[in-house]
Amino acid sequence: MLDLLQQLGRAALGLFQRLGRGNLFLLQTLASTPGILLRPGLVIRQLWSVGVLTLVIIVVSGLFVGMVMGLQGYNTLVDFGAEESLGVLVALSLVRELGPVVAALLFAGRAGSALTAEIGLMKATEQLSGMEMMAVDPVQRVIAPRFLAAFLSMPLLAAIFSAVGIFGGYLVGVGLLGVDDGAFWSQMQDKVDFHDDILNGVIKSIVFGFVVGWIAMFEGYDAVPTAEGVSQATTRTVVHSALVVLGLDFVLTALMFGD
Amino acid sequence: MSQPVVQIRDLRFARGNRMIFDGIDLDIMPGSVTAIMGPSGTGKTTLLKLIGGQLRPLSGSIRVRGEEVQTLSRPALYRMRKRIGMLFQSGALLTDLNVFENVAFPIREHTRLPQALVRDLVLMKLEAVGLRGAAGLMPSELSGGMARRVALARAIALDPMMVLYDEPFTGQDPISMGVLVKLIRELNLALGMTSVVVSHDVREATAIADYAYLLSDGKIMNHGTPDALWGAESQWTRQFLNGLPDGPVAFHYPAAPFRDDLLGGAPR
Repeated sequence: MLDLLQQLGRAALGLFQRLGRGNLFLLQTLASTPGILLRPGLVIRQLWSVGVLTLVIIVVSGLFVGMVMGLQGYNTLVDFGAEESLGVLVALSLVRELGPVVAALLFAGRAGSALTAEIGLMKATEQLSGMEMMAVDPVQRVIAPRFLAAFLSMPLLAAIFSAVGIFGGYLVGVGLLGVDDGAFWSQMQDKVDFHDDILNGVIKSIVFGFVVGWIAMFEGYDAVPTAEGVSQATTRTVVHSALVVLGLDFVLTALMFGD
Repeated sequence: MSQPVVQIRDLRFARGNRMIFDGIDLDIMPGSVTAIMGPSGTGKTTLLKLIGGQLRPLSGSIRVRGEEVQTLSRPALYRMRKRIGMLFQSGALLTDLNVFENVAFPIREHTRLPQALVRDLVLMKLEAVGLRGAAGLMPSELSGGMARRVALARAIALDPMMVLYDEPFTGQDPISMGVLVKLIRELNLALGMTSVVVSHDVREATAIADYAYLLSDGKIMNHGTPDALWGAESQWTRQFLNGLPDGPVAFHYPAAPFRDDLLGGAPR
């Protein structure tokens, strides 16, 4: 019994210590971020590897998600003779929910895991320690540009995901199932509000980018510097990011749409 | 007599419950090559990290050029580190940059020199370690010995007053080992640096050192010039320097008597 209590206490202490380290790390990163704007080259290189290299998976997944939405939506709407609202259905689902959330999940799987592995390996091979001894702050030189790149790419990727998804819905709905072209777009234009729908979706994706970037950076920076430690950290990045994104999505939805 | 570059007094440091250093005094004189030797796991690398301010001691003092390392502010600590080069055991080269860019890294980070000058400086450093021809290679294309020489070129990129070598000879073939021995000695002389070599390769380390410290179990077991150490009376020193399998450092890890263990019968 005592043993169990002891273990519980130790686990809880460990958890809080990690949370504390994570928060301090975030503060350190945020403090270093303005300085990195003076060296845009570093950020642009990371935007390439974090953002551009994630584009393929985002576009392909977006297209398929949109096509499935078109198919499923049509089958339901047609029973009520409301198939002309297909555009609204697809657009609202994507901009409000699926765009930010699915893009964030894919982003965590593709870019987040890569970032954690990269930073964890840099730690394991003493590259971060070496920088410190060369009087170069690794948080500023390595972490800040990557964090900023993740933060900037996420909303853009989510927007691309939604746009491609709507196009996928259009392909299936209008191209394949014969929904009226004009009704598809005009209903969408009529019912999707810029402020209530699109902007709130963008806010979601900004929050997700911030959180996924933070988790990926911290897991890499805090990884046990061995092969096993880095692989565990990579797994943790994907799992924690997914859970946090889904959890936060509920909170944000309740805050923004739950009036 | 001149002031020591590094002066350590009554240094104590622990990891968890394990005492790594238990009251160490150590002086590193300017212009010298000082070897710090000891069995694996005695915290030789830890000592270098303490000198570089990456770790903080429990108690005691570490002074680099008269400045107390642990009380330095972060900018002051970084200023101090710019004057210290460190050669990591793994080389710690940045894997996404090629050899040239790796050596240029500290110069680019800390100075605003024109590109042409950076290029000349880097080529000079690479020439010094004999790898000017490898400037375009990536770290993954280098052999272990070459990687360490590139790391050495990077360590001297800012013309430091002192270079710390962490196990420079470990895992090197005899030729690379010879090259490194020659480089450490020659660079020390040519650049007027102070060198600290942490190693358990006794022969190489004593061959280039002016002074050596033997470290074990958190204490300094012996120190002196290499000649004096080779002639030392101490059993421990002899066992360590000659690599004898048994002696004051027992072959057996502490255990219950063998007989009791075998006949005791209780399964573990």
